[in-house]
Amino acid sequence: MTILALDWFLLIEKLILIAIIIFASLGVALYTTFAERKVAAILQDRPGPNRAGPFGLLQPLADGLKLITKEEIIPTHANKWLFILGPGLAMTAALMTCAVVPWGGTIEVLGHQVDLQIADVNIGILYVFAVVSMGVYGVMIGGWASNNKFSLMAALRAASQAISYELAMGLSLIALLMVTGSLSLRTIVEQQVGHVWNIVYQPLGFLIFFICALAECNRTPFDLPEAENELNFGYHQEYSSMKLGFYLFSEYINMFISSTIMATMFFGGYDLPFVTSHLSIPGTAAIVGIVVLMAKVVMFIFLFMWIRWTIPRFRYDQLMDLGWKKMIPLALANMLVTGFFILWHQNNWHF
Amino acid sequence: MTWLTLLLDVQDTSAASYLPIAIQLIFAAGFVAAMIGMSALVGPKRQTKDKLETFTSGITTHGDARQPMAIKYFLVAILFVLFDVEVIFFYPYAVNFRSLGWAGFVEVLMFVGFFLIGFTYIIKKGALTWED
Repeated sequence: MTILALDWFLLIEKLILIAIIIFASLGVALYTTFAERKVAAILQDRPGPNRAGPFGLLQPLADGLKLITKEEIIPTHANKWLFILGPGLAMTAALMTCAVVPWGGTIEVLGHQVDLQIADVNIGILYVFAVVSMGVYGVMIGGWASNNKFSLMAALRAASQAISYELAMGLSLIALLMVTGSLSLRTIVEQQVGHVWNIVYQPLGFLIFFICALAECNRTPFDLPEAENELNFGYHQEYSSMKLGFYLFSEYINMFISSTIMATMFFGGYDLPFVTSHLSIPGTAAIVGIVVLMAKVVMFIFLFMWIRWTIPRFRYDQLMDLGWKKMIPLALANMLVTGFFILWHQNNWHF
Repeated sequence: MTWLTLLLDVQDTSAASYLPIAIQLIFAAGFVAAMIGMSALVGPKRQTKDKLETFTSGITTHGDARQPMAIKYFLVAILFVLFDVEVIFFYPYAVNFRSLGWAGFVEVLMFVGFFLIGFTYIIKKGALTWED
């Protein structure tokens, strides 16, 4: 029976962790929309949202409430079930990616060691790729089911852009995997704790990954699927109410998760640099870890926004050219050079 | 009690680490379904024929979107499938390449060579040219 009791503890622990992480990522996404508007306002020298609550802090809640209470419209020519499935799939996929991210070290609750990670699967980063690809289906299904030419064009753009940049993204990560030798995100972080971060070994790999992450999240300069001067509004133009909200939300959650992945893969995850000795109070190290990871994530999210409000959008052929003819060869070369130097180093600089 | 024993069996294998992901899938899908359902209940319903028309910025719609689109997108999708399979082949190599040594590296160089031949071929064929 002791085994059973342990199971129940594990199950409850995971349930609580899942609930916390999902609601935390929703909260982060909610306030990222607010941060985006504030950052845009600062960059454009205007006050930004400042009416709802102190400094406009209640603005995202008001927006969310407004979205829920809006009228649901399913156009008569649309494919009803696929129309509902599209945003649902996009949002579910966005909420699933956070499962393999290590948010911190280990804390002790009621005498049990609790890992601050939902699932430490050994394929880690491949899982993230698989789930992110599912998000493309959400956009594609939604755009097609709308039965609107603009939506369909935007969905096709989004899909072909996402899959094009996924190739370069996968290739840039292979070079990183050569350095780490593991796909598990926790292992990758633990290798970096107390050592140099992977960014030192893989600066070019990180740059490629970052550019691809911008494209995967449909962020400027890669926001072709939402080019409103060409496509009215984008793949979600027939959507209203919470279904529209889910498309917008999933985009912000994807931005949050890709920032987390970048911080984890290249910038040491929850590792605080130059602090090697463990903090004396138990549990403190894990909490400091979470704070450090969040600080890195906020930095990346700010970078995403800074780029959005600074750089204009590409033309479509430029986007595809950059993805296929520049990023993929560059990532391949990066992979081969990395492999060559690691093998050379392993053989004590002999062949 | 069968599902309990199932839970215990799962624990013994490496599949145990995927159990939380299954729980999260149920949680996330449930949350999404609940929110969509709730907004359907809460929102007003004053739908008219004009409101449910396809939106094209006030211009009368011509036909629907169920018609062929540019072949380029299809080409990109097919090429993605081809190249993504090749990229996936690099993953097991990247995890094991230290033990494979120089022999493995030369073999991967050959593989990359084949990859590049195909890549050059599709570029020469103009499969990735977007302006006519």
